[in-house]
Amino acid sequence: MQLNHRIPSGPLTEKWDRFRFETKLINPANKRKFEIIVVGAGLAGASASATLGELGYNVNTFCIQDSPRRGHSIAAQGGINAAKNYQNDGDSIWRLFYDTIKGGDFRAREANVYRLAQISNQIIDQCVAQGVPFAREYGGLLANRSFGGAQVSRTFYARGQTGQQLLLGAYSAMMRQVKAGKVTLHPRSEMMDLVVINGQARGIVTRNLITGAIESYAADAVVLATGGYGNAYYLSTNAMASNVTATWRAYKRGAAFANPCFVQIHPTCIPVHGTYQSKLTLMSESLRNDGRVWVPTRTGDKRPPAEIPEAERDYYLEKKYPSFGNLVPRDVASRNAKEQCDQGKGVGDTGLAVYLDFSEAINRLGEVAIRRKYGNLFDMYEKITGQDPVKEPMTIYPAVHYTMGGLWVDYHLMSTVPGLFVLGEANFSDHGANRLGASALMQGLADGYFVLPATISSHFAESSLPPITTSHPAFTEAMDTTKGRIQRLLSINGKRTPDDFHRELGLLLWDYCGMARNEAGLKLALGRLPDLKEKFWQDLKVTGSGADLNQTLERAGRVADFIEFAEIMILDALSRQESCGCHFREESQTGEHEAKRMDDKYSYVSAWQYQGEGQTPKLHKEHLVFENIQLSQRSYT
Amino acid sequence: MTIIHLTLKIWRQTGPESKGSFKTYESGPITTAMSFLEMLDVLNERLILSGEEPVAFDHDCREGICGMCGSVINGTPHGPEKKTTLCQLHMRHFQDGDTLVIEPFRSRAFKLVKDLIVDRSAFDAIIAEGGYVSVNTGGTPDANAIPIPTFTAEQALDAAECIGCGACVAACPNASAMLFVGAKISHLALLPQGQPERSKRALAMVKKMDELGFGNCGNEKYCEKACPKGISISNIARLNREFMRAAFCSVEE
Ligand SMILES: Cc1cc2nc3c(=O)[nH]c(=O)nc-3n(C[C@H](O)[C@H](O)[C@H](O)COP(=O)(O)OP(=O)(O)OC[C@H]3O[C@@H](n4cnc5c(N)ncnc54)[C@H](O)[C@@H]3O)c2cc1C
Ligand code: FES
Repeated sequence: MQLNHRIPSGPLTEKWDRFRFETKLINPANKRKFEIIVVGAGLAGASASATLGELGYNVNTFCIQDSPRRGHSIAAQGGINAAKNYQNDGDSIWRLFYDTIKGGDFRAREANVYRLAQISNQIIDQCVAQGVPFAREYGGLLANRSFGGAQVSRTFYARGQTGQQLLLGAYSAMMRQVKAGKVTLHPRSEMMDLVVINGQARGIVTRNLITGAIESYAADAVVLATGGYGNAYYLSTNAMASNVTATWRAYKRGAAFANPCFVQIHPTCIPVHGTYQSKLTLMSESLRNDGRVWVPTRTGDKRPPAEIPEAERDYYLEKKYPSFGNLVPRDVASRNAKEQCDQGKGVGDTGLAVYLDFSEAINRLGEVAIRRKYGNLFDMYEKITGQDPVKEPMTIYPAVHYTMGGLWVDYHLMSTVPGLFVLGEANFSDHGANRLGASALMQGLADGYFVLPATISSHFAESSLPPITTSHPAFTEAMDTTKGRIQRLLSINGKRTPDDFHRELGLLLWDYCGMARNEAGLKLALGRLPDLKEKFWQDLKVTGSGADLNQTLERAGRVADFIEFAEIMILDALSRQESCGCHFREESQTGEHEAKRMDDKYSYVSAWQYQGEGQTPKLHKEHLVFENIQLSQRSYT
Repeated sequence: MTIIHLTLKIWRQTGPESKGSFKTYESGPITTAMSFLEMLDVLNERLILSGEEPVAFDHDCREGICGMCGSVINGTPHGPEKKTTLCQLHMRHFQDGDTLVIEPFRSRAFKLVKDLIVDRSAFDAIIAEGGYVSVNTGGTPDANAIPIPTFTAEQALDAAECIGCGACVAACPNASAMLFVGAKISHLALLPQGQPERSKRALAMVKKMDELGFGNCGNEKYCEKACPKGISISNIARLNREFMRAAFCSVEE
């Protein structure tokens, strides 16, 4: 397998222009001859579908939810970055580029990240033109807030529901194309397999989640925008249907999986409170603009927060990182919270929590102002915990949140399978080993509105795409495989539910491949996987049939894939013996317990290639070349 | 931690054409820190192990924002707490020994799929008629080119917060979708970007809404009470105004 990144030559700042100039275009009348499948209707999928439809392509868009308006992107709270420099605080495209590369601990491609920073400004223009009601200043201009890992205010937001407003914008643009007949929607459909013919991605197999029918669709290109795999850990901030199935099946059909061990653990989530718990709720990073993180200075101090005097509070982030304070990047904030709790200074019933305190900001700005900024987050917190953050500090703890890893893609966002493009959280492209806050929305929309529509035409112009239909034997084979698998899941009739297995897998990953990793733990976890997989296929219980809506069956299929996928996550974590960003190998840390990179050995993207059932996957390396910035030990002090 | 026990009367129906009925289950021990959906998860895990098909219900984000969840609890869509989706409703609001009647959102325009799941694709069909600003990707002016007063932007966001869950329709005696449609019409009519298509949008969306079998607003305000996002009924007034304005004063057909 060749990893050809296809980065255009020339100076960094001119690469994207040069690419667009040199790329072959498809004339408007010919665009309608091409069929494109888009799997996923979150920000990346909806924005791509809308734009491809506008350009004249015929698009079929699939999603799991009953409506494309409900994709997981809807839950994004805090905001979206752009290098507008509206605040005149020294921001620029270069600074956004630099912050993103540095935030990712120098494990992303310069060219991709620079392009992302360039496009960021157009995204905001586009969204405003669609009627996205971003927050504004009294003079009527757009407002900004700060996010972690940046010293400028470049985050655009719509209260605590930025993702909702952006997704509704992309969704409406897509619905306009539905009306125009250019996009056909397939809600409540789950992609079960990728169909590859003559080495090109030419279609997919889906399960209609209402009728249970196994269906197939042919196309000239397939776009995956199916989101991240954080739910491998069972508990995460992701929506319940978020899965690895689509990307995992593509992997098994030849697409390399990049950096699977890069998982972001978000520092501010509502702590776990019971075994029945089904998911974890994020409290947006934007809260760290005004909230101060602290623990009692004394271990085991069980007094209620109000009774702990100022002198006995340890604002450890402000102390350790004076220039970024509470706004250090997520990986740093998470590890520090864990460190405090490991030292016995954690608070709350379980001791696995730290305080996020708004009292100082409320005294300074008044309750009204603080509620105006964070009202809906405060309400959400109160609904879940029964406590009012205005009256007592929030308790928070890190939780699995975002996956920087994903299918490997080149500069065109094409995977190692020609004709298979991957967008949004599903690819690995821009965030290196750690994503900065408010950059996922930016990347999803950059990919969907601007990058893919420009790159896909070169694929069509340069490839020979003989006409095919779903009667091709490759479709029959993929459909039979899917049907066989479903039959197998239904016929085990054991004694454990899919969720039960999922919880076991999640705990294993959290304990050994979570916030801190070491060789012994990773090997132990790796050793347990075959057994877990075997138990799953022997003792699973799925009720009902495959011929109608069956949510237990849906979950079982996704859990089966998570179990298989866990292997490459752990292998990846084992093989990367350095720490970088979110990947913290205990063996590789600085004197201050910060992640210590080893650039001479690990300055690469790992890309895992499937070698067949029971075979160890093969590791390929794409070496990262830094021509424009100097690698440095990340420092936020 | 407090533990309660409940009696659950849940609507079971295998498919759109089959006949449904209530079935009664004992909840078993439920901790009050659980969410309503987690309580259903616990029940479902037990049902699966006993070989009975679990209760089908829609959900995804479990954070009150995707609009996927929703059932009628003791006659109220999304249950007794104000401005709260079912996924954000927590069991601390119930008493030990309570009986809960749990049924799907019912409306002519929302066909039942299974148990508590209904088909709300009619909402997408209404949006497709005009719930957008017709701008293609690219070539848009600088985001700060048109200042918008904070108050206007906030008001537009108040309307745009609608999560499209359908509780308003389920709560309305006439199964009207006017709160949903009014919210989208208001969001765009309030903003300068929405002006060029203001009349066309109102006419087209209302026409589609009528075609799909939604009823008319009787001013009973049940929708506003049921709305988990607190979308105000004043959006219906604005919808009426926008529609009248378009019907009488515009050149759009
Ligand atoms: C709680 C929360 C808050 C966040 N806040 C922010 C923030 O403030 N700023 C920021 O930048 N980022 C934020 N993020 C991250 C960001 O929301 C996501 O990374 C981003 O929205 C992902 O978008 P996407 O389009 O790639 O995928 P998703 O939105 O996950 O969409 C995936 C789509 O694929 C479909 N799909 C998945 N699998 C299949 C399948 N097998 N078959 C068919 N369809 C399938 C789904 O139905 C869905 O439509 C947040 C994330 C969470 C969890
Ligand atoms: S599950 Fe998303 S709103 Fe309830």
